[in-house]
Order: sequence, then structure tokens, then C-alpha cells
Amino acid sequence: MTGVLLTGTAGWIFVVFAVLALGTAVAVIVAKNPVHSALFLLSSFLLVACIFFLQQAEFVGTVQILVYAGGIMVLFLFVIMLVHQRTVKGTTAFQNQWDIALLLTPFFLIPFLYILGTEKFVDVPVKPDAFRMAGGKLLGNTQAVAEALYRDYLLPFEVASVFLLVAMIGAVVLGKRSTEKMD
Amino acid sequence: MTITINHFLLVSFLLFAIGFFGVIVRRNFLTLLMSIELMLNAVNLNLIAFSHRLSDLTGQVFAVFVITIAAGEAAIGLALTISFFRQRRTLNVEEADVLRG
Amino acid sequence: MKDLLWAIPLFPLAGFLINGFLYLRSHRTKGEAAHGHGDAVPHEAPEPAHGDAHGASGHSGHEEIPYKRIHTIVGTASVGLACLFAFGAIFDVGLKALSSGGVHTVTLWRWIPLGVNQSVGHVPGNVGEWVVDVAFRLDSLSALMIGFVTFVGFLIHVYSVGYMGHDAGYGRYFAYLNLFMFAMLVLVLANNFLLMFVGWEGVGLCSYLLIGYDYWKKSAADAGKKAFVVNRIGDFGFILGIFGIFALFGTLDFGKVFSTAAADPARVAPYLTLVCLCLFVGAVGKSAQVPLYVWLPDAMAGPTPVSALIHAATMVTAGVYMVARCNVLFRLAPAALVVVAIIGGFTAIFAASIGLVQNDIKKVLAYSTVSQLGYMFLACGVGAFVAGIFHVMTHAFFKACLFLGSGSVIHALSGEQDIRRMGGLEKRIPITYKTFLVATLAISGVPLFAGFFSKDAILGAVYEAHFEGMPWLPKALWGAALLTAGLTAFYMFRLVSLTFYGEYRGTAEQASHIHESPRTMTIPLIILAALSVVGGWVGFELVEAGNQIKPFLSPILLPLATAASEPEHHELAKELALMAASVAVAGVGIFLALAWYRRGGGRVPARLAERFPGVYRTLSNKYYVDEVYDAIFVEGLAKEGGRVLWEVDATVVDLIPNGAAAVTRGLSWLSSAFDQYVVDGLVNGVASSLQAAFRLFRRAETGRVQNYALFMGAGLFAIVAVYLFFR
Repeated sequence: MTGVLLTGTAGWIFVVFAVLALGTAVAVIVAKNPVHSALFLLSSFLLVACIFFLQQAEFVGTVQILVYAGGIMVLFLFVIMLVHQRTVKGTTAFQNQWDIALLLTPFFLIPFLYILGTEKFVDVPVKPDAFRMAGGKLLGNTQAVAEALYRDYLLPFEVASVFLLVAMIGAVVLGKRSTEKMD
Repeated sequence: MTITINHFLLVSFLLFAIGFFGVIVRRNFLTLLMSIELMLNAVNLNLIAFSHRLSDLTGQVFAVFVITIAAGEAAIGLALTISFFRQRRTLNVEEADVLRG
Repeated sequence: MKDLLWAIPLFPLAGFLINGFLYLRSHRTKGEAAHGHGDAVPHEAPEPAHGDAHGASGHSGHEEIPYKRIHTIVGTASVGLACLFAFGAIFDVGLKALSSGGVHTVTLWRWIPLGVNQSVGHVPGNVGEWVVDVAFRLDSLSALMIGFVTFVGFLIHVYSVGYMGHDAGYGRYFAYLNLFMFAMLVLVLANNFLLMFVGWEGVGLCSYLLIGYDYWKKSAADAGKKAFVVNRIGDFGFILGIFGIFALFGTLDFGKVFSTAAADPARVAPYLTLVCLCLFVGAVGKSAQVPLYVWLPDAMAGPTPVSALIHAATMVTAGVYMVARCNVLFRLAPAALVVVAIIGGFTAIFAASIGLVQNDIKKVLAYSTVSQLGYMFLACGVGAFVAGIFHVMTHAFFKACLFLGSGSVIHALSGEQDIRRMGGLEKRIPITYKTFLVATLAISGVPLFAGFFSKDAILGAVYEAHFEGMPWLPKALWGAALLTAGLTAFYMFRLVSLTFYGEYRGTAEQASHIHESPRTMTIPLIILAALSVVGGWVGFELVEAGNQIKPFLSPILLPLATAASEPEHHELAKELALMAASVAVAGVGIFLALAWYRRGGGRVPARLAERFPGVYRTLSNKYYVDEVYDAIFVEGLAKEGGRVLWEVDATVVDLIPNGAAAVTRGLSWLSSAFDQYVVDGLVNGVASSLQAAFRLFRRAETGRVQNYALFMGAGLFAIVAVYLFFR
């Protein structure tokens, strides 16, 4: 059958993961305490990574856990702890225009649903082993992604690394304490 | 349960919408950044879904890049947060209205 | 020599240039040295100080007159040479040639060379040419004129050397005097109206310069102005006359004009009356007839030699000369001649009446001059142009002698001019006295003296004259002229008596300085006195060979000689009777004058004056003519008129610029208001509406990124929706 991605049990697992992921995402934006938000985000990431695993994107899932959950969220938690003391008191979590936004958001849904309903995708048979082929041999997803990265997408790879360098320098510069101003 | 691409897309879209909503509504700067990460995550989900559907590795590779960029952006954003906090002693985004007028 | 006619005026012109140049050079730095201290002797005359510029005034004290010798030599020699050349030219052409009507013309250059053969003129068929040459004409008339003008002028120049010998403006004086001679000679020798007018104006100018010679004295300066202005009025008439001449004849050349008029008189005669009257107006101004005579008495403020030369012998006779020159035209306009005669006759008696009661030597002589000029015009008016010119000549001799003599008296008395303060000078200044007496006898018409012949000729002509429609006029004029002769004799001998006879009535200070004049002054006096005797002998009609002058002048002055206009053959008895009448009248006048003034000591006139105070005052104040003129013309026209015109200018004429200014102000207010409210309103309105819009939009600029993000999302949604909708 074309266009079918997951069937049976896998499907139900996906549904569970998806619902949980959406739930935690909502929790992220609803939580007053930023630490709570961070933790909910962390769980959201993990659940999404699980969805990735379900789709035979093991490498990406792993990277997601490692980088996103392990790196970025830790970074977030560091900063939260750094600036936490005075931010919680006296402020409401939500912004002034939350009502307008709440009203508008369903309207974004409409075009999307329309597209979903009418769009016909190309009928391409799903090849189950597409993500494990590396150099013609069945090696594993990581090897496949690596081969793609270092062969076909070498330039973007290098650019990404330069970007990371720049980001690092930028972060250092931005975070530097300026000597004139007192904290 | 038969899951087609549509389900994936729906999930990713909802995730994105939630993230977008969070960007608009939340006052806390950090929460703002987190909402942005949510949105990027949703995009990743989308990419992987299509990659799976089309049996193309390109989607996955692109998702890796997205994660990379998201990491860099998060770093910068957090540095900005610290800098902003040092200036204003608050993380209230509404305070950042110097361009008002 | 005759071709050197142009040299005659040229010598005085050269004299003027040399004297003028040297004078200016010597006075460049120091101005007129030592002037401005007025007369040496203070005047206590009741009349305002009309003291002439006596040589003693302006006394330069110890300072030398620069270039005095050169001024003297150049000044006198120039006129002397002119005189020599004049007589040379006359004799070169020949008296016989002249008396038979010969005309010698010397043309120097073409002055105005425009348009030959242009049809001009009111007179149809006249081919005119607007061509004027600088050319001189010698005929019997001009020969006679230059003869005595240069000679008398020369004598007066010599006299001036002594009279003005101590005056600081010596060089200036001779320069002006030479310039005058030049202008006068140009006037007399000119062969066309325009050149004559040049000389005419020139003598007027020199008269002004010389009358106002002591320009720092108000009386002199005013008199100079008066002379020039009154003269100008006459000149206006003269110019109109010249225009008329050109319109009628198409040319200004004497010969052509007169021959054209004579050849076809019927064509031009109707217009000639007006033209001749205009010309006569010029003569009235120049020769001081009523009503333009008022400048002559005031002109006595100038130096005495100037009075002698200009206002007795030469300039004032220019009017008579002009009328005589145009006798052809005047004869064709009998109405004009009537006017001339009447004015001449009236002036004669009018001026004589004023002269009766004047107390200034020179004033008496001035009014006498006006009166005698009236005689000359009277003569011309009745057609006796010869007699008129004859009288011009004799008058030049004795009047110049009288003026110079008076100058000598004034000089002797250190500047005194009031005859009431003179007297008893008979023995003290004998030469002056004798010459003065001779000249007085001449002017009084005593037989055998010059005046007798000329005056008698005039009286005879007047008696025999004939005017259309007014048979009484000649007799009336003759009566007036006769009476005038009597008055003339009277006031002249009154003058002599008061000046020379009786007791001396001046101050002791003056008395101590009484001295006869130097020879440079007395010799001209003697010569002129002699001429006053013999000068008239050329007109002795009774003797067959006696009357030289009439045939001499006849070709010029009597070209239309007809029996009617000039009675040639009087009855001898009538002639003798007329002569006797004039002699008798003169004798009565002389006798009365001597009786009342020499022996009577002036008591009778004094009683007369008391008995008829009104008459006396009127006469003494010159019939108040000056006051009337002043009121009408000076105050009335000039000042009030000026004021009225000023008002007109300030209101009406200035209305235009003021109105324009007001309009401009209004317009500028309008445009500024427009600019302020409309233009600026638009601009400001745009700006404020934009500002309102901006204020509206500014609300979107919250500065908060989240708001921007919301807007972006909404916009994106809208785009996608539209895209989907219209796909």
C-alpha cells in the first residue's frame, strides 16, 4: 500500500508518543516557572526522538537526544539558574495579547487542514531499507547518513561547522561582562 | 492503526502552532527561546516524516543540519538573554521596547 | 584785407582766450585775492547800494595783479587790431562800392549742411535749403556798425586800463570784455539769422558776466541775473521769429531772404506781421524797450566802462540793428511797424520821465539810454531806418562819453555816485567836466553837435510819417518825441548842474582825494567828445554835400525806396520850422535845468516835489514797474507757480508711484496671506494629516518583538489563505 508509513502496533505507539509530545509542548508554554518549562521541553524532545526512532531515523533521533536534550536543555537550565532569582515574582506568565493569539491560532489551522484534505502526494512505494544502505551495503542508518553527509553534502557540513564556530564566538562576546557597567 | 503521512503532518503542524503561540504570548525571555526550539523541533518532525515517506535520506541529513543550527541559535539566544538581563535586571520581554515609537 | 573779414571778430576772441587762460592760471590756488571787502567807501545812499564795481573796490592792496601788462596789451590790442582790420576791410571794399549796394561776403565753412532742395515753407513753390554757413557780410550797414563799434570799443578798453587798474579781477574783466567784442562783431557781421543769433546770445551772456562782475555783491549778482532773464524773454520771441523766417522763406541767409521777399512780396506779406513782431520782441528785450527795459537800470551795478560799452554804445543797439537789417521785411508788415513806432515813442517819453528824478549818476544815464533807444525804434517804426541807425552811431559817441565821464567822476570821488553829494567839481576835474559838457550838449540836441542832426532827422521823419487808418498817430508820436527831447535836455543839464556846479556837498574825506583821472581815462573821453561834435556832420541834410550817411546806407536800408515811404524833398520851410521847434524845446529844457539847479540850488524842484508828492514818488520809484513785475512774475508765477507745481507733483504725479506702492503693498499682503494660509496650510495640512496617520501607525510600533511576530503570522496566514483561495 502506498503512503502507509506505520501500521498496527507501531501506529498506536506513534499515537501515544504524539499525544504525549503535544501535551508536554502545551505544558511548556503554559508553565509559569521557567524550570518547569525547561523540563517539559526536555520531555517533549525525548518523545519526539522516540517518534524519530519509529521512523527508522535512528541517527537523527540519537543526535536529537544528545544535542537537544543533552546540550541545549542543559544550557537552558544553566541560564535559568543564573537569572532565576528575580524573574518569577510579580509577573504574570502570559503576555498581554494572549487572547488575540488564542483566537487567531485556530484560523491557522484551517488552511492547513484544507491542504491536508486536498493535497495528493506522489505515490512512491516505501522502501524499507532506504535508510540503511551505505555504499550499496546494508550497514546501518548511521553509516548511511555519514556517507550522505561526507559525500553529497560536504559543503553544507563544512558551512555548518563554521556556523558553529561563529555562534560560539558570538555567544562568548555577547555574554562577556562589560567592564564599565556594573551588574 | 494505519498512519499515513497526514498524521505526521498534523502532529508537526500542531507542534509548530503551539510553539508559535508560545513565542507570541510568553513574557519570559527564556520561555520564548524554548518555544522557538519547539518550533524547530516540529520542523524536524516534518522533515523526517517526509523523508520516511519518500524513502529519501535527504530529509534526515537536513534534519541534522537543523539541529546543528538550532544549537548555535540557542547558544546565541542564551547569551543575549544574559546580556539583556544584565542591562535590565529583568527577563520581561515587554521591557525590551527601546525601538518603541 | 576784405577777405580777412573773419579776422575782425577773431582778434577779440583770441584776446578772450589768452586773457582767460592767464587769469585762470594765476588764480588757481588763491582764488580771487583780496576781494569781498566791498566798496572802499561805504555808501550811505538812501537807495540800496548800487555802487558799480569801481576799480578801487576789490583793491588788492599790496598785491600785484598777475600778468597785468599782458592783460592790458592783449585786451586793448585785440580790439585795436579788430578796429584796424575793420577799417581796412571797409576801405578795401571801397566806400563807393558799399554805398552803391555792394555786399562782400566771406564764407568760412558750412555749418549746417543738411538738405538742399527740400521743399519747405508755407510759401508754396518755395525751394528751401536747411543750410547755414558761418559767413560774414560786409555791406554799408554792417560797415558802419563795425566802424564805430570797434573804435568806441577800443577807446573803452583803453579807458578800462585806467579805471580797473587796481581791480584784482583785471584779467577776468578784460577776458569778458574781449569775449563781448567777439560776440558783438559776430552779431553785426553775420550774414544769416542763425549766426546773428549766436552773437545775440553771446552778448547777452557777456552782459550777464560783466554786470555781475563783482559777483560777491548781491546787487550785482541779482542785476546780472535779471538782465539775463529779461533778455531771455526777448530771445524767445527772436527765436520764434527765426522759425517763422525759415518757414516762410526756407532759408536763413539775409541776402536770400530779403531778395525773396522783395521779389514776391505778396506771397509772404500776410505772414510777415507775425514774424516781424516776434523778431521785434527780441529787439525789445535786447534794447530795453517797454516792457522789457527793467534790466538796464539795474545793470548799472556793473563797472562803468561796461555800462558804457554794452549798455550805451553797442549791445543795446543790437536790437535796432536787427530791425534795420530786416527793414525789407518790416516794410512789408506795416502793422508791425506801427507797433515798433508806438513802443519806441512810448518808451522814449516814459524813460525820460523817470530820469527826471533819479539821483544816481549812472541811473540817470541808464534811463536816458532807454529813452534814446526809444527814439531809434521810433525812427525805424516810421520807416526812417537811416535816421535810426544814424542816431545809433551818434548816441554811441556821446553816451559812451557820458558814461566814461561819469566813471571819471566816480573815480575822482572815490566811489560816490549820488549826485546830491556832488557839486562844485567844475574846476577840480576840468577835463572830465568839459568832455561831459560836450556830450551833454550833444544829447540835448544843441545844433551843430552830433545829437542834433540825428535827433532832428528822426523828428522830421516822424512828423512826415504816414500810417494807415491812424492819421493822428504820427503827430502824436512827434509830440511825444519833442517833449522827450525837452525832458532829455532838462534832466541832462540837471545832472551836469548837480554834479559839477554849485557847492561841493560831499564829505571832506572824499574831497581830499578829488583828482583828475589818469590819461588813459581822459584821452578816450576827449576823443569821444570830439566825435560827439563831428560825428553828426555826416548827416547834415541841409547842406547839399552834407548828408553823406543817407546815400551810404540807402542801398541797404532803403531798397524799396518809394516816394511814399520816404519823403525825399521836404519843403525847406517845414524843415527849418521843425528844426526850430526841437531847438526851442531843448533850449527851454536847458534853461529850466540851469535855472533851477545851478543857480536856484534845487529849491523849485524841491517845492514841486512837496506839492506833488504822489507824482514825485511815482516817478522816483520808476512807476513801481519793478515791484509789479516782482509781484506778478517772481512771486506770483515763479514762486507760487513753483509751489503749485510742487503740490501737483506731490499729489497727482506722485499718485502713480504712491499708488503703485499701495497696490504693491496690497498685492504683497495678498500673496503673503496666500502663502501663509493656503500654501503653508496645504503643506502643514499634509504634514499634520501624515502626523495623524503616523500617530495611528505608531501604535503598531510597540517595540516588542512578540507583537511583530504576531503580525507576521497573521500576514502569512492571510497570504496563504488568499493563495489557496485563488489557486
